[in-house]
Amino acid sequence: MSRSPNGGLIDRSKSLSFTFDGTSYSGFEGDTLASALVANDVRLIGRSFKYHRPRGILTAGSEEPNALITLRTGARAEPNTRATVTPLFDGLEATSQNRWPSLRFDAMAVNQLFAPIFVAGFYYKTFMWPAAFWEKLYEPLIRRAAGLGRLSMLPDPDHYDREHGFCDLLVIGGGPAGLAAALTAGRAGLRVILADEDVRPGGRLLAEHLEIDDTPGAAWAELVVAELTALPNVNVLGRTTVFGVYDGCEYAAVERLTDHLAHTYPAQPRQRLWKIVAKRAVLATGAIERPLVFGGNDRPGVMTTSAVSTYVNRFAALPGRRAVVFTASDSGWQTALDLLAAGVSVAAVIDPRETAPIAAEALLKAGADILLGARLCDAIGAPVRKVEVHLADGRRRRIACDLVAMGGGWNPAIGLGSNMGARPIWSDAAQSFLLDQTPPGFVAAGAAAGRLALHEALNDGVTQGAAAAEALGMPALKPRFAASDEPASGRPLWHVLGRGKAFVDFQHDVTDKDIALSAREGFVSIEHFKRYTTLGMATDQGKTSQLNGHALLAAATGKSIAEAGTILSRAPYQPVAIGLLAGPHRETHFRPERHTASHHWAIAQGATFVDAGQWKRAQWFARPGEKDWMETVNREVTMTRNGVGICDVSTLGKIDVHGPDAAALLDRLYINTFSTLSIGKARYGVMLRDDGIVMDDGTTTRLAEDSFFVTTTTVNAARVMQHIDYARHVLWPGLDVQATSVTEQWSTYAVAGPHSRALLAQALPGIDLSNEALPFMAAAKFRWNDAPARIFRLSFSGELAFEVSVPATHGDTLIRHLFEIGRTFDAVPYGTEALGVMRIEKGHLAGNELNGMTTAGDLGMARMMSKKKDFIGRVMAARPGLADLKRPSLVGLIPVDQSKQIRAGAHLLPPDAPRTTAYDQGYVTSACWSPTVGHAIALGLLVDGPNRHGERITVHDPVRGADVQAEVCNPVFVDPEGVRVRA
Amino acid sequence: MRIPCPYCGDRDSQEFVYRGDAGPVRPDGEEGFFDYVYLRDNPAGPIREHWYHAQGCRSWIVVTRDTRSHAIHGATLAAEAAR
Repeated sequence: MSRSPNGGLIDRSKSLSFTFDGTSYSGFEGDTLASALVANDVRLIGRSFKYHRPRGILTAGSEEPNALITLRTGARAEPNTRATVTPLFDGLEATSQNRWPSLRFDAMAVNQLFAPIFVAGFYYKTFMWPAAFWEKLYEPLIRRAAGLGRLSMLPDPDHYDREHGFCDLLVIGGGPAGLAAALTAGRAGLRVILADEDVRPGGRLLAEHLEIDDTPGAAWAELVVAELTALPNVNVLGRTTVFGVYDGCEYAAVERLTDHLAHTYPAQPRQRLWKIVAKRAVLATGAIERPLVFGGNDRPGVMTTSAVSTYVNRFAALPGRRAVVFTASDSGWQTALDLLAAGVSVAAVIDPRETAPIAAEALLKAGADILLGARLCDAIGAPVRKVEVHLADGRRRRIACDLVAMGGGWNPAIGLGSNMGARPIWSDAAQSFLLDQTPPGFVAAGAAAGRLALHEALNDGVTQGAAAAEALGMPALKPRFAASDEPASGRPLWHVLGRGKAFVDFQHDVTDKDIALSAREGFVSIEHFKRYTTLGMATDQGKTSQLNGHALLAAATGKSIAEAGTILSRAPYQPVAIGLLAGPHRETHFRPERHTASHHWAIAQGATFVDAGQWKRAQWFARPGEKDWMETVNREVTMTRNGVGICDVSTLGKIDVHGPDAAALLDRLYINTFSTLSIGKARYGVMLRDDGIVMDDGTTTRLAEDSFFVTTTTVNAARVMQHIDYARHVLWPGLDVQATSVTEQWSTYAVAGPHSRALLAQALPGIDLSNEALPFMAAAKFRWNDAPARIFRLSFSGELAFEVSVPATHGDTLIRHLFEIGRTFDAVPYGTEALGVMRIEKGHLAGNELNGMTTAGDLGMARMMSKKKDFIGRVMAARPGLADLKRPSLVGLIPVDQSKQIRAGAHLLPPDAPRTTAYDQGYVTSACWSPTVGHAIALGLLVDGPNRHGERITVHDPVRGADVQAEVCNPVFVDPEGVRVRA
Repeated sequence: MRIPCPYCGDRDSQEFVYRGDAGPVRPDGEEGFFDYVYLRDNPAGPIREHWYHAQGCRSWIVVTRDTRSHAIHGATLAAEAAR
């Protein structure tokens, strides 16, 4: 164990056991998985992406590129989890990744020997030909060799919650600047949301020995959080990462609710997706320490100085016994002091600068070499055993050690600020890229704005918190915090030439050589360079690597870093689970199902359902002994045509149109006229789009002078409602008319067949159903079970038929009642398939014909288009191309050999013509086997079709079968005179 | 993105259906329909466009949006805009 006997923000009374690669270890409450591994002397955590190099822990935060593990097992296994941000819990199981057969001995590490071919762009260079090899050989090989963790391939068993947050100020990050901003704005009365990714806010205050107002940093943070939590207008979200900035001041965040818990309740949400709308936002995400680029800088035992300080101070976990600190910034010197204080011997502090930023007596007294103007050029051993140092006088020296702390300086964590597309610009003062243009209402503060020293960060937080308050008209008092000044400068050192591989992007295995190669080969634009080398394209989006890479590219191309520029960060700023984004919208909840009132009844009848838009509709009702669906459908059709059948047609769109100008509106919406319709009568209507193509059809009934009941097809219901509202609001706002969707309010059953009148006479006594009282296309209101009800003499089947409507709350009762009475009549329930067969037999139109390409003329309704009034689509429908009589128009088709089938989608060609598109004359829209006529029938669109009845035509179906010869005929196959509907 | 519905207030854009340029006006006579149906400007800058508050008040509204920044400068009821 490498745990200091005391200190750290861990609860030593709560010991937690966990396993890594099957070996048991223990840690404490307050540990991360990484700190517990450090305390247990586990240094080798994983293998790298491309070269399978042994890797350890590089950082102590969410920027970690190396220490990726698979957390948990089975369906809950989550690959590529960063050990550095995984709170330890009792029973945690973690597994290393990308190694075979074991982490210690990895066969694929042989890749390193082939490093020359794995350079930047190796895919493009190596696997150029033959093309067929790509899919069969190269890609499977590469996919096996490269990569990180693997998915469980099991459904995600967890639940994910979703929440919307609204606030005046969103503070992103709970370090010194964020806490100061939240406190200033919170005290001023702003509605504040403070989101911090850690298990407890505080940021660097938790990891360093800093004091504010003479209070230790961690305790100060606790006090501020307590005050914020007590404010009713402030919401402190811990374990919450803001991962995206979007239009309209919207932010996405993930709150990790149970990831830190050993046990959860069933259905307890694992994570919560926050959509936060914030008038203002302060980006207080701090800064990320840059690694230094030297040989072997990826070796286990090489860490950033901030990570070393964090493990030592916050977790009392010692990442080594004998350390070498290599730093180009002042903060690394504090790390050396932190190590000394924890009892770790410091062999040397190496700084390329010529003067030490602090008095180094303590270090010298403890036996450390202070090597100024020197550079560490190689770390040797895995884990690291020694380092080679290039001294100021040109000599080289080897120093034994088991820990290298490297500090290249600090990059403000500005990624979120470029989500909206504004490119950061180089700041000479901060020696890093800073936000220039920010999203509306969005500002960086503290280290994220390049103000690294504690007192600067606190002041900046106060300033930005107060600025947000003032912008919203709420004056703020500016609290003053006393924090010691600290040295926080540095001089970037971008590269040290060594013998070993020097990594820039650790997660994607991009080295200094890859960058030089990219520049040599002409990939010098920052965006080309990124894609060619893949630098910054791994799951960490290059948080530790980008600036080093861009600086090296600038050097290789002779530009300044400002000229070379930098890239943008995209949401998500941190990896998020797909399950989080899906939330509860999975499986049946992905798309809501709509059920009609007869749904439960239909299930009890053994219905098979089909999707019609979101609706579940009964497709057929199979009976025992029926060998396939066709036998069932044939029976349903035959029983309906010879007796009586009942079908739920409630899914049709229904719209009430009311008002003095209701008739005028319908006249403008439909090609035919409704103002002449008598009260109590229904009429079939067709509406066009603006461009003259048919949009929808349906029957409309006039219930009163100023009241119409419009029906639409099932799938177009919402679209027609929207279209009607567009006409009312945009086209003719002067019309005095209202429209209301009542689809959900009415249950409607079609009762069809020669016995339908007799059945209904018993089922609905007291209603006169005679031809005289209720002729074809008539409608009547009545009351049923004390509820308003309607009956319509409409027929889609072509039989004597009625449609009965009752409020949906009465729909279940009515269907049961109809079949109770219907027992005497051997009434049959029929589904959409039988409905479809009967409508094809009658040549009625459906979605197959109203397919967005047909005109009213194509469908045999040219004469329905009124010449006495204007209507939507009228002018455009008259264009020569659309009005051409030779366009493919509706016909019926019968196979010459009546044992043959015709399939929808097949094309129509003259019998002797070559089977090419040049001779195409149309296509089959709907086809079925008709039990009524005893052979296959079809509807199709054929060039000049109405004038070609009796002709032979070839039905050509190159995909599904041989050609069939068919005869062109009238598209009404059953009862063309319409005697039955008027019976 | 948020849409300031004149009837419902500031609402999530997911509640709305987008239609497009609110500029073209349906001609009264026989001429001009081709332009009305097919021709649209594609400005880089503010544009007035039709949105339908399908999951709200069901109003058609005219929203002024800057195509470069998605900044929304305001919205009016289409029925009022047309009058």
